[in-house]
Amino acid sequence: MNSIISSNVIRFILLVLAQVLVLSHINFLGYINPYPYILFILLFPVKNNRMLFLLLSFLIGITIDMFLDSGGMHAAACVTIAFIRPAVLKFCFGAVYEHQTIKFNQVEFGPRLTYISILTVIHHFLLFLLETFNFSKIILVLQKTLFSSIFTIILCVLVTIIFSRKSK
Amino acid sequence: MQQIVNFILRNKSFLLFILLFSISLVFTIQNHSYQKSKFVNSANFLSGGIYSKANNISQYFGLKEQNILLQEENNQLKSALFNLDKEIKPSFLDSLSYTSVYNFTPAVVIKNNYTLSTNILLIDKGKRDSIKQDFGVITSKGILGIVDHTSTKYATVLSILNTKSKISAQLKRTNDFGTLKWNGKSPELVQLVDIPSKAKLRQGDTIITSGRSAIFPKGVPVGIIKDFKLDAAEDFYEINVILFNDMTTIEHVYVIENKDAKEINNLINPVDE
Repeated sequence: MNSIISSNVIRFILLVLAQVLVLSHINFLGYINPYPYILFILLFPVKNNRMLFLLLSFLIGITIDMFLDSGGMHAAACVTIAFIRPAVLKFCFGAVYEHQTIKFNQVEFGPRLTYISILTVIHHFLLFLLETFNFSKIILVLQKTLFSSIFTIILCVLVTIIFSRKSK
Repeated sequence: MQQIVNFILRNKSFLLFILLFSISLVFTIQNHSYQKSKFVNSANFLSGGIYSKANNISQYFGLKEQNILLQEENNQLKSALFNLDKEIKPSFLDSLSYTSVYNFTPAVVIKNNYTLSTNILLIDKGKRDSIKQDFGVITSKGILGIVDHTSTKYATVLSILNTKSKISAQLKRTNDFGTLKWNGKSPELVQLVDIPSKAKLRQGDTIITSGRSAIFPKGVPVGIIKDFKLDAAEDFYEINVILFNDMTTIEHVYVIENKDAKEINNLINPVDE
């Protein structure tokens, strides 16, 4: 139990630092930035208390917001994907999730990719919608969502592959 | 009563989600309205400290370009100073009004943004260096933005590349003035609106600040006209302005304090407290 807490604390700090110091300044093709800090929410242990999980998601979102001066848009997007995560887990992993025995480094690549993609796209869409705050610029929002999501999904998959080898 | 408690217990995670989501929405909306007090900004001990540590390291990679920029500015100032020498007539100086109206404080940008629609910069000077809200910020090449929030050691700057920012500007040649805005598209272009259609514009005309807002002094360079067209009602021009500043590589800036700002604002808005 202790190792779960400490590994999540370390993951929290590392992801926030990587996000605000490096990844938010990539600006690929002018405006495309990945947001792989949501890995914290994606990889959070399934068995844990749901209230705690929502609060922690809010905390990581508001921390990112504080660093990037973005009000509360990251927090809103994070809380939303944390709230809908159980439904997405059920959709992607089916019976495995029902028995509460899921380990992220043991599931197959296919379901894992769908799981990451669905949550990433929802998160990014909400994030850019709140950032633009203007329904008339919906095309710009969709464009940003598409490109940034591709970037984030590739990074997330790479990170999970690299680190799952180590933890076995 | 029992049923209400049961309902809350059954839906506690949904209620918590609604609560957290509305808190973040409130923060977001506050962030989108111009100059409302915010609880969450990067001018605080934690994020300011981490950004200045990181900037200490990354500063070294741009030393060469920044040196060249500063040298160019020195050069300009030197030539202005030596040309000024001949024109000063000491007999006209009034010793009572000797102090200058504008006060300059040098600062370093430790966080820069130009990809969002509401871009905010962080500088390493704050209340301790008597930086306050609504001070102007410029670089050696042109204008940059307006100070928004301050903490003891840091301050956030509302960049000119922010859809919320509005700065009064004018044509250098004809003195027609309008408002400088940004449409959120390119970090090299800003838009000058409200220039009356009778003004005679040319491509390549220089735009400067007008000094009407008591934030910037008159004559701070902004950029040159790229192209212009009349708006739908054909009363005003909409002008695309190429900024002199390269907003992507800003490091050394100057914060301007207008010592008469309070007096001017009191005159203009006497009802306001």
